[in-house]
Amino acid sequence: MALSEAEVRHVARLARLDLSDDDVAELAPQLSEILEYAQQVGEVAADDVEPMIHPFPVMNVVRADFPAPSLPRDLVLDGAPDARDDRFAVPRIVAEDA
Amino acid sequence: MTADLLTASAADLAGRMAAREVSAREVVDAHLDRIAATDGDGTGDADVHAFLAVVADTARRHADDVDQRRVTGRDLGPLAGVPLALKDLFTMRGAPTTVGSRILDGWVPPYDATVTERLRAADVIVLGKTNMDEFAMGSSTENSAFGPTRNPWDLGRVPGGSSGGSAAAVAACQAPLAVGTDTGGSIRQPAALCGLVGGKPTYGTVSRYGMVAFASSLDQAGPLARTVTDAALLQSVLMGHDPRDSTSIDEAAVGQPYPDLLATLDDGVDGLTIGVVTELRGEGYEPAVLAAFENSIQRFEALGATIVEVSLPHASYGLPAYYLVAPSEASSNLARFDGVRYGLRVDAPTAEEMNAATRGQGFGPEVRRRIMIGTHALSSGYYDAFYAQASKVRRLIAQDFASAFDTVDVLVSPTSPTVAFPLGDKTADPLAMYLNDVATVPASLAGVPAVSVPNGVDGAGLPIGLQVMGPLLGDDRCYRVARALEADLDLDPIARGPHALAAPA
Amino acid sequence: MVTTVKDGWELVVGLEVHVELNTVTKMWCGCLTDFGDDPNTNVCPVCTGQPGSLPVVNGEAIRSAALIGLAINCSIHEVSRFHRKNYFYPDLVKNYQISQYDVPICYEGHLELEVEGLPVRVGIERLHMEEDTGKSTHLGGSGRLHGADTSLIDYNRAGVPLMEVVSHPDIRDPETAQAYVRELQGIVETLGVSDARMDQGSMRVDANVSVRHPGDELGTRTEIKNLNSVRSVGRAIAHEAQRQIAVLEDGGTIRLETRHWDEGRGVTETLRVKESVTDYRYFPDPDLVPVHCPAEWVEELRTSLPELPAAARTRLEAEGVDGAQAAALVSTSGMLAVLDGAVEAGADARTAANWLVGDIAGQVAAAGTTFTDSGITGAHLGELLALVDDGTLSNNLAKQVVEHLVADRGARMPAEVAEAEGLQQVSDTGELQAIVDQVVADNPDTVATIRDGNAKAIGALVGQVMKATKGQADPRATNELLRASIID
Repeated sequence: MALSEAEVRHVARLARLDLSDDDVAELAPQLSEILEYAQQVGEVAADDVEPMIHPFPVMNVVRADFPAPSLPRDLVLDGAPDARDDRFAVPRIVAEDA
Repeated sequence: MTADLLTASAADLAGRMAAREVSAREVVDAHLDRIAATDGDGTGDADVHAFLAVVADTARRHADDVDQRRVTGRDLGPLAGVPLALKDLFTMRGAPTTVGSRILDGWVPPYDATVTERLRAADVIVLGKTNMDEFAMGSSTENSAFGPTRNPWDLGRVPGGSSGGSAAAVAACQAPLAVGTDTGGSIRQPAALCGLVGGKPTYGTVSRYGMVAFASSLDQAGPLARTVTDAALLQSVLMGHDPRDSTSIDEAAVGQPYPDLLATLDDGVDGLTIGVVTELRGEGYEPAVLAAFENSIQRFEALGATIVEVSLPHASYGLPAYYLVAPSEASSNLARFDGVRYGLRVDAPTAEEMNAATRGQGFGPEVRRRIMIGTHALSSGYYDAFYAQASKVRRLIAQDFASAFDTVDVLVSPTSPTVAFPLGDKTADPLAMYLNDVATVPASLAGVPAVSVPNGVDGAGLPIGLQVMGPLLGDDRCYRVARALEADLDLDPIARGPHALAAPA
Repeated sequence: MVTTVKDGWELVVGLEVHVELNTVTKMWCGCLTDFGDDPNTNVCPVCTGQPGSLPVVNGEAIRSAALIGLAINCSIHEVSRFHRKNYFYPDLVKNYQISQYDVPICYEGHLELEVEGLPVRVGIERLHMEEDTGKSTHLGGSGRLHGADTSLIDYNRAGVPLMEVVSHPDIRDPETAQAYVRELQGIVETLGVSDARMDQGSMRVDANVSVRHPGDELGTRTEIKNLNSVRSVGRAIAHEAQRQIAVLEDGGTIRLETRHWDEGRGVTETLRVKESVTDYRYFPDPDLVPVHCPAEWVEELRTSLPELPAAARTRLEAEGVDGAQAAALVSTSGMLAVLDGAVEAGADARTAANWLVGDIAGQVAAAGTTFTDSGITGAHLGELLALVDDGTLSNNLAKQVVEHLVADRGARMPAEVAEAEGLQQVSDTGELQAIVDQVVADNPDTVATIRDGNAKAIGALVGQVMKATKGQADPRATNELLRASIID
């Protein structure tokens, strides 16, 4: 399971992580080694096994459609790196909505 | 007097406060002084650096309030007035929550975690927020963006992780209790390395609301303490159904009550069947660890337990499965740290570049590594072989546990293959670091409860731990077995080392 | 006749319709769904994605989703679950959208439509639950995304429950697409689970459009976004089909891309080319547990379904209402309830339908309101028609009464309005006879003409009487009295 530097860059794009060339060069062999190790799970015959998400087979945990207090706006916006006109501000968005 | 307050157990302190022999304020002040003396500014070679933030004023106010209510004869909880160190991934209004990361720079959470609320409701007094591996990813607390925590037993060594700050705080007598979180061993392993009792409760018994997520299906908060009783007392405060966490166990829905951790605590192991897990010992475990383990087994037998060898056939796949499931969930859980709503922002001309720059600079190397592994494991073409296959192996491991508990009451193994290792020893080799979790991840994947209890020291006097694993909601059995060993071995719970205090008389 | 795109070509359309539910609170938290409020006022740790926050499903959203599913003839999965759809966008608070993926709550249904008088069936692949995103406003440049320097985000809408209904690519003409959207709109409105207002974004339609020669494999499709009216749906699909045909006939190829419909210019334009399929890295959301819809619960829900538009149309037609009027009655919000109320009050369905679809709908629309908000009820209409029936009101007077009903939002009943506004017909013979006598005396020339055998000229005198009574004279009585005075 060797991961090429090109693949590392592709994954970093998906994960929206800026990586320097040095980072990529360092990560490629590390990730390859870890994934090589993790790949052992493939040795287990598990075709007919249902994947496990939770230890308890609990279903239908729901909330009544009843309002709860919202937060004061200032408290929410205080945490923002940039806010204007009572809204969160971000630089120009280039990609369209998915 | 002061030293005595610092080395006393939480149960003992609570009893003395209830009897009004000592005030909560005195207890809190003694611990705040101890933190100042042993944590320093966190950068010196002799500084434990367990805390990232100390909330002295809030703690004193709360202590005064407890004392006042005590005077008016109000009935207070069993841990009222006892100080506690809170891992810095629980939200608590009025103080920053960092999760050991630069990416949350400047963030003061606008709400309290359920754990924080429950502690306050029980009048447990939070002294401050403790250091941790960034986003709980690590086994040594060296991945904190704010510098490592040192093991009070040997300041040149790691306290384990990721709840290393919480463990070191208790071991250094800065607090009798701490709350940590355990995703793959992050309470149990530092407990073992710091000579403490650490509990990972049954998944779903402690609310995750307000716990910054690492891997949602595995994360579970739990206690760290110097005695089994203290840990059981604290876990009793933490446990309970929370409608704000969909994965929180509702007794009615599962048809089984939460365990009473104290009722059978002192019942001993006479008549119990203890299973020794074949796959969780042997190669890769230090001789001293194995020797302490064998000795413990003999003690259990001497105390009347039946010892049987049990195989968990898929347990050896636990670590690879864990290192797919946990990073996959983490890659998604950590996507929200993007410089838009809170925390760090690294400026760039477009939103997309700003996101990438913020995340690239805000996350440390281990977090980036795990985000990369997880993103890859979930990506098109790899999902089935990695994430899905790991989730299937996870079920097989859970089934292994379930079959084992058909014949045994508890399972035991060493908690960690090694004692505390020197700072910097494993930082260059991520995979070697991951191997620290080999014995703890199977219980995490199955969701079953486990408790680590000290069971000896190695030749250099470094602590070793034994892990007791129980069936789902069988946390009481884990504590009962741990308590029996604690009573039998009668080890000194107070860390030796440069900051050593005398053990309580 | 439905539109044929061009001889030798076949249009293939599939629709993805997003319906925002009108639950009181959001999908995962107790914040109100009123996203038009001041920015960032209906927000909390959960719907702003604060670290440590967790989602808990709104049970009402599950119920609404299942109701819609049953109404569109879907099967309900007994166990369904939520996945995370991972992609980065500033209006998406967690940078993943909680959605349903491999096991949606509802699957395989259909809608029976009537298009230009012919029955058409459109298959539905699935209905799944998800969450809405926040709203971005783009500053600088054109105000649109392109050219903006800064975007501002309001998270009031983040986490509002959203249902996505995905049709099979069964649609072959723009009219069917429009009928499908209208029908879905009528269904969710009848169920009361959504406002379904396309102009306000509570119902949003994306169209997947391709063309092919009949019998060929499916062509490459484009996805058209920003269709915010039923009219846009039809126009955009028709335009896009023509564009694709022109490209193909020119020897070009269609790119897999997302296109934006510009309603003003009546064209679609490239928004974004899909270079490769986006890798959303779907996986089961570990913060949520599966949704369980037991068969008994589903059956109970099924029996609670109200009369749906298709059934209502059939019933109305059986009651003698014209097909086009029945369609209008069913698809206009609140109109059917008025009709049913009037019939219950004793009105004839056909007459009531004529009044509603004709004059009343016009006046309601002119007043800028809707039937739901107009205050006009079945009781109003029933009484109005009874007054016409017993001769108290002429058609003209009744229309004037309607004006008052619309103006004061049904605050008064028709009889009260007629009385207070002096709109009853004057049919008291003594009073009317005096006016007739006066008109006869004032118009000797016309009277002579009538006596000479030009009976039609009597109309002019009727008009005079009406004018003198401000329209309140009973025309039939007036006519009779005039004849009696002139001829006899």
